[in-house]
Amino acid sequence: MTDADTGWQTARIAAIVPQTAEITSFFFTLERPFRHRAGQHVDLRLTAPDAYQAMRSYSIASAPDDGSTIELSIERIAIGEVSPFFHEVAAVGDDIELRGPLGGHFVWRPTDAGPLLLLGGGSGLVPLMAMLRQRRQQGVATPTLLLQASRSWDDVLYRDELLADAARPDGPLLRFALSRSAPLRPEDYGRRIDAAMLSEALALLPAPPAMSFICGSNGFVNTAADALVALGVPADTIRTERYGG
Amino acid sequence: MVTRGFTGRPRNTEPTDRIPPGQHLVDYFPVLSAGPTPHITPEKWRFTLKIGPRPVKTWTWDEFNALPMTKMVRDIHCVTTWSMLDSQWEGVLIDDILADAYIEPPTPFTLAHSFDGYSTNVPTADLVTGKAMVALKYAGKPLERDHGGPARLLVPHLYFWKSAKWINGLQFTERDEAGFWELRGYHIYGDPWREQRYTHD
Repeated sequence: MTDADTGWQTARIAAIVPQTAEITSFFFTLERPFRHRAGQHVDLRLTAPDAYQAMRSYSIASAPDDGSTIELSIERIAIGEVSPFFHEVAAVGDDIELRGPLGGHFVWRPTDAGPLLLLGGGSGLVPLMAMLRQRRQQGVATPTLLLQASRSWDDVLYRDELLADAARPDGPLLRFALSRSAPLRPEDYGRRIDAAMLSEALALLPAPPAMSFICGSNGFVNTAADALVALGVPADTIRTERYGG
Repeated sequence: MVTRGFTGRPRNTEPTDRIPPGQHLVDYFPVLSAGPTPHITPEKWRFTLKIGPRPVKTWTWDEFNALPMTKMVRDIHCVTTWSMLDSQWEGVLIDDILADAYIEPPTPFTLAHSFDGYSTNVPTADLVTGKAMVALKYAGKPLERDHGGPARLLVPHLYFWKSAKWINGLQFTERDEAGFWELRGYHIYGDPWREQRYTHD
């Protein structure tokens, strides 16, 4: 299912765009362009002068296109080793080793049956964003709802793009769950994600979701997935990706 | 290729001969899973041994817990690059499961199956002669649901996706049949020391 050519290549940082206090987007120009599927990730590998290497996986935020440039949005993990390098050291013009696209499960195709339910926790929005962007760019009308949990209004990654997308005629339904600030829109929530919230989210869709994608911390994913299963969503229609591993 | 400005975390204390290439040590037990975490009660739990499509023997939770228990201390390596040293496991060796069914390893390959539909393939030789177990305890305590409880496969010398969580059976197969992740871009064997992460590695 994965293309044969997922070996290491050199990618050059073309642009760096801070998104929130903790999350920054890095745009990479690929030596060997590829067309990924929305939800897939790449591995990045950093090498120290003594040949020590560190490797981490990052989901692709950009929609599948000609593949010459991909966007990764990297959250700064204070105790991390790779994310602090990107936030503090990496600069436009730097070359980074990259391989991909990788992963054949947490992926969405525009032809997949709907409705589509997307649940993001913090930077767990990244692979879901690739799906929403592809949905928008290809004019897909599949009924879609994104419930995005973030600490505060200003911590919502891609907030303005999401609001603009939701305002389109075929745009996705959009709900924010903010754990550390009051909701600014009447339809949003000022608390962590819970079963009651997911019950309301399901009721907004015209039919039960044919596919659900959940991405975030393990705690977030467990809460969301357990609640969906308890609400009658078949477990085999729920795909999860847990950050922090 | 040296990355400009990258030094990495201090590493003079790490036992590098125990950390495969591309891995880094963690001091906690991360959780990764492709879907919702199943709830499996002891009453509902079953473990079935199959040769091809044919069931050979099925154990209930109580029957399985009556099998000989073995302890193992092993380093484990996840394909997402974390490694955990000296993890403590307790469970039933695959050898003892086969012995309880009065069979020898019947075919060269095995598929492990799980309650949530997950599967993974392992050569039978990598499961026997004390190499692997169905683990029921981690660090002296019943295995948590997040980590595959009540029971998971433990094949510590291969990348950890081979150690199927929520295991409910082993199926012996004539051919090496790709499992869940092996069908989705990951390596058919998964040796961390040869960095067999993805299909063509």
